[in-house]
Amino acid sequence: MTELYTEGAPIRDEKAPDGPIAERWDKRRFSARLVNPANRRKLSIIIVGTGLAGASAAATLGEAGYNIKSFCYQDSPRRAHSIAAQGGINAAKNYRNDGDSIYRLFYDTVKGGDYRARESNVYRLAQVSVEIIDQCVAQGVPFAREYGGLLDNRSFGGVQVSRTFYARGQTGQQLLLGAYQALERQVAAGTVEMYTRHEMLDLIVVDGRARGIIVRDMVTGEIETHFADAVVLATGGYGNVFFLSTNAMGSNVTAIWRAHRKGAFFANPCFTQIHPTCIPVSGTYQSKLTLMSESLRNDGRIWVPKKKGDTRDPRDIPEEERDYYLERMYPAFGNLVPRDIASRAAKRVCDEGRGVGPGGLGVYLDFADAIKRMGRDAVEAKYGNLFDMYERITGENPYEVPMRIYPAVHYTMGGLWVDYDLQSTIPGLFVIGEANFSDHGANRLGASALMQGLADGYFVLPNTINDYLADGPFEKIDENHPEVKEAVEGVRARLEKLLSINGSRTVDSFHRELGKIMWDYCGMERTEEGLRKAITLIRELRDEFWRDVKVTGVNEELNQTLERAHRVADFMELAELMCIDALHRRESCGGHFRAESQTEDGEALRHDDEFAYVAAWEFTGVGEPPVLHKEALEYEYVEMKQRSYK
Amino acid sequence: MAITGAILVLFLIAHMYGNLMIFGGQEAFDEYSHHLRVLGAPMLPTNGFLWIMRVVLLASVLIHMYAAFTLWNRARQATAGKGSRRYHSKKNRTGVQRTYASFTMRWGGVVIALFVLYHLLHLTTNHIAPGGASDSPYERVVNGFQIWWVVLTYFISMLAVGFHLRHGLWSAVQTLGKNKARRQRAINAVATAVAVAITVGFLIPPFSVLFGLVG
Amino acid sequence: MRITLRVWRQKSRDDEGRMVTYELDDVNENMSFLEMLDVLNEKLTLQGEDPIAFDHDCREGICGACGVVINGVAHGPEVTTTCQLHMRSFKDGDVIEVEPWRAKAFPVIKDLVVDRSAFDRIIQAGGYISAPTGTAPDAHSVPVPKADADRAFDAATCIGCGACVAACPNASAMLFTAAKITHLGMLPQGQPERASRVVKMVNQHDEEGFGGCTNIGECAAVCPKGIPLDTISQLNNDLLSALASGKL
Ligand SMILES: Cc1cc2nc3c(=O)[nH]c(=O)nc-3n(C[C@H](O)[C@H](O)[C@H](O)COP(=O)(O)OP(=O)(O)OC[C@H]3O[C@@H](n4cnc5c(N)ncnc54)[C@H](O)[C@@H]3O)c2cc1C
Ligand code: HEM
Ligand code: HEM
Ligand code: SF4
Ligand code: F3S
Ligand code: FES
Repeated sequence: MTELYTEGAPIRDEKAPDGPIAERWDKRRFSARLVNPANRRKLSIIIVGTGLAGASAAATLGEAGYNIKSFCYQDSPRRAHSIAAQGGINAAKNYRNDGDSIYRLFYDTVKGGDYRARESNVYRLAQVSVEIIDQCVAQGVPFAREYGGLLDNRSFGGVQVSRTFYARGQTGQQLLLGAYQALERQVAAGTVEMYTRHEMLDLIVVDGRARGIIVRDMVTGEIETHFADAVVLATGGYGNVFFLSTNAMGSNVTAIWRAHRKGAFFANPCFTQIHPTCIPVSGTYQSKLTLMSESLRNDGRIWVPKKKGDTRDPRDIPEEERDYYLERMYPAFGNLVPRDIASRAAKRVCDEGRGVGPGGLGVYLDFADAIKRMGRDAVEAKYGNLFDMYERITGENPYEVPMRIYPAVHYTMGGLWVDYDLQSTIPGLFVIGEANFSDHGANRLGASALMQGLADGYFVLPNTINDYLADGPFEKIDENHPEVKEAVEGVRARLEKLLSINGSRTVDSFHRELGKIMWDYCGMERTEEGLRKAITLIRELRDEFWRDVKVTGVNEELNQTLERAHRVADFMELAELMCIDALHRRESCGGHFRAESQTEDGEALRHDDEFAYVAAWEFTGVGEPPVLHKEALEYEYVEMKQRSYK
Repeated sequence: MAITGAILVLFLIAHMYGNLMIFGGQEAFDEYSHHLRVLGAPMLPTNGFLWIMRVVLLASVLIHMYAAFTLWNRARQATAGKGSRRYHSKKNRTGVQRTYASFTMRWGGVVIALFVLYHLLHLTTNHIAPGGASDSPYERVVNGFQIWWVVLTYFISMLAVGFHLRHGLWSAVQTLGKNKARRQRAINAVATAVAVAITVGFLIPPFSVLFGLVG
Repeated sequence: MRITLRVWRQKSRDDEGRMVTYELDDVNENMSFLEMLDVLNEKLTLQGEDPIAFDHDCREGICGACGVVINGVAHGPEVTTTCQLHMRSFKDGDVIEVEPWRAKAFPVIKDLVVDRSAFDRIIQAGGYISAPTGTAPDAHSVPVPKADADRAFDAATCIGCGACVAACPNASAMLFTAAKITHLGMLPQGQPERASRVVKMVNQHDEEGFGGCTNIGECAAVCPKGIPLDTISQLNNDLLSALASGKL
């Protein structure tokens, strides 16, 4: 295996304080240097991304008095993909008096992440969660309330306490609008300069420090350079490497991948979360997948026909010819097994040829029994909006015909490696939100991503970035600096290359094929053989891409084909690293399931003795073996246990 | 806009009531007309009330027209002069839900304005005197409305007024900030009812004259 | 399904633009409207033609990026976003006319893509509650009556798509503006800035070149999020009392 990667020196999080876990954040805040308000005006920060993480950071740092430049590829910062989050946001408020605490949230998150996250980080996240809710309420985020006027909570993702705050099924939207409004307030105040429809295409590193970015104005095609004393990436997840995912069409890895190529380590790239209840693919034209709330599994029963290739109308399939496979395989948990189990089981029955719907990629989620038991009205009251959404997309009435669901890629736990200060291995480059790898280990609990994004942006980064900026302002640079010139040339050359190939295949056809390779071999279940095959296929596809892709138009216009092309080009490089990471981690943990490493019951089997580390990868060149740096994970407060659902 | 509109509506209601006095015969009607002129006496000089009313009305109409033309102009600016016809597709020129009344606000308003001029020349100053001039307002009315085309012009104008009020009344409530989702249906129903009542109320006298019920 | 598309093509801001006709004969009724455009774009690309530019991102009806006028109706025949409209809403053989939002305040950038940054500037003018990070009291310190919270929420669901402007005969953005006014104005946290907010936002709205509202109601009828028309009344109410009180 060593031909695929080499191993370098271990890496350590130098910033993480020690001592009692509850005091570490205070300790770090106290030891971090400050920048006095008068000096902040002389310092500038670039923040790429306006999702929960980026918008909250830009607003907060703008308020603090720094000069901020904020970037997003959409036409408005309000459209960042955080807007799509439905379920809710966790916080250890214990408003329910049901035994919740900061410690319990910490514990649940570490355990949920299958013991592949840092204790210090997760504890801080739990601490800060409390302030997030206060902050959002003060901004006017309309969380669900009870008749007494106080905030409502629900339980989420199988935890035993009700700690999830929500705003109907639009929590992400409401939180993002809160952050967006705070951001726009700073734009009006002149502390933040907003650049919409600007896509970051490279990072500028001068003398080993991140000093700026290269962006393309997506309307004019102009390649611009922007400089600052520090750069923050808040560019979200890279699930779109799978082509089909619940991510937005524009979600990309470009910003962090380019930073990775410039020296930032990429941690745990293979950790992806696959969500079991999505609306299945209906045809090859399909462009994205839509999430359906997991709560449907509380009352719906999941089944497939016993016979292969059974294309009868589900209502005509008699009871004894149906296989309620989750109830059969997990009698104790039934349809309520955790996300990864449910997802894998669905994949297995479909692989056996018993899947339903177009392409055989789907299983039934049947409410017939629930309707019989509770009555149609009760079902409608509980799930009406979800049923409507399903009907709108599929054109089928779920009150009459069972719904079809299938797992889909949803979230990426991996991302750029950062220390406790959220700084990457490039000094001056900070990474927040889904774009970093930090807090979720190998699996993210429901309602924790929103919490992490806002924790990073509102509370963590604004406290830690000062420590770096205290050394600033750094020497002024401009576009004539040789390192800048070279980077700009690189960007231009790449765009020109893409435009000049003029091959015979569309960008989407490559992306779709790449996604299929990833889904088949680096998706829900991974094997050594499959991953090796995938790496070969990816390399071939990447070569073909650079030989045969067809990108129409010119750079100097709004050119959506070109935008997609350079994103896909980066996915092609990332995909290989994901497979290498998945291959090297010969254990199953969280969302990463290696078929070779399972218990007798087919559950994920961790190997803590060998793999209790973060895999931080260093880039060495396209197709060249990356260097693995291990950051050992130590557990002082939580005992590592094997998860079990029996 | 809503306030001036409302003043105009109040005037219309009073005016309609006045017009219906035509059924009381010449004396009653002329009496009423005269009464208007001495209202408030002796505190106000003869015609004092009338003039106050006229000033308020004129101001209202002017402000109302000014506001209407400003809005009209802004809409033209905002839509390159094309308003709801700015799309090439001809498939939805009538909107998803809009009422006919809402379409006719602007040109309907102009029709009303022209009508008022004509109307004043006819019944107040009597410069236009189809059917014969007279010092008696009653006779002016009766003389005029015996002629079919005079009635027709009034009829068309009253339809314009009716449509203007149908949308205008609803619109005024919304503009004054008093619409609530719960009330919306009721407001629209009342707007329709009042618009119809005023239109019909105004049309009764001319038609009565035409068909010989009065005079 | 066979579909004839007539699509607005405009190379850039300064280009005149025109309707161009395309035929598609392999449309699946389960495609979303945007997926149908994807299919057409794949075809165009392979023919070496410039694909049709349109804004989109989430494709699940929440980001507000997508939005075109279909057969003269903003977001097309169903009350939803363009990305959530499916081809089963059309019939075999239909001629479908696709145009960008049209308003002076929303200049066309290319094809179906328009510049909606005016909305951001309306928010900048006052569409927020000033609550600097770290200054917040405990979330439970101010209870909010459920009815107010619900009304605020209904208004807060606006996705900033701009369909209201596209549909309004006056090209007024009053529904968008009113949604934010109502959202923040219904909450106790929003009270201190309530009067100044409405005045500043309405001024900015007018300055951006949107038309004035004459209460036509087309906006609410096409709004994919069902923002109710009475939010505009709420805005008027707040505006009148703000002007009357004079405390801006
Ligand atoms: C359908 C769905 C439902 C979810 N539900 C939940 C939930 O209920 N609870 C929960 O906790 N989490 C949920 N998540 C996860 C959560 O929403 C995300 O992890 C989180 O919002 C990510 O926020 P972010 O700020 O890191 O990035 P994003 O919100 O993705 O923002 C990325 C930003 O970066 C910008 N950007 C990206 N690339 C570039 C570039 N190259 N140049 C310039 N700008 C760039 C974009 O314009 C955007 O502004 C859900 C996710 C999805 C997809
Ligand atoms: C030149 C003549 C007129 C023109 C051009 C005109 C035009 C308009 C227009 C465009 C509106 C819609 C504005 C809005 O809804 O905000 C309007 C509203 C209205 N008009 Fe007129 N109008 C005229 C005369 C009249 C008259 C004579 C009356 C009364 C009898 C009247 C009563 C109203 C009312 C009540 C409204 C609703 C006000 C509001 O919504 O705020 N108008 N008018
Ligand atoms: C069929 C319907 C109508 C009839 C029969 C009618 C009749 C009259 C008469 C008889 C007068 C003269 C009164 C007098 O000099 O004492 C008058 C005056 C007037 N009418 Fe009408 N009217 C009608 C409709 C309207 C409408 C719709 C409007 C406004 C939109 C209107 C506006 C006026 C005005 C402004 C005056 C002048 C008042 C003054 O200053 O003396 N009328 N009308
Ligand atoms: S009010 Fe409705 S139509 Fe207008 S921007 Fe908001 S969501 Fe879109
Ligand atoms: S359609 Fe236009 S006129 Fe007002 S009520 Fe809606 S903004
Ligand atoms: S693409 Fe996001 S709302 Fe349609």
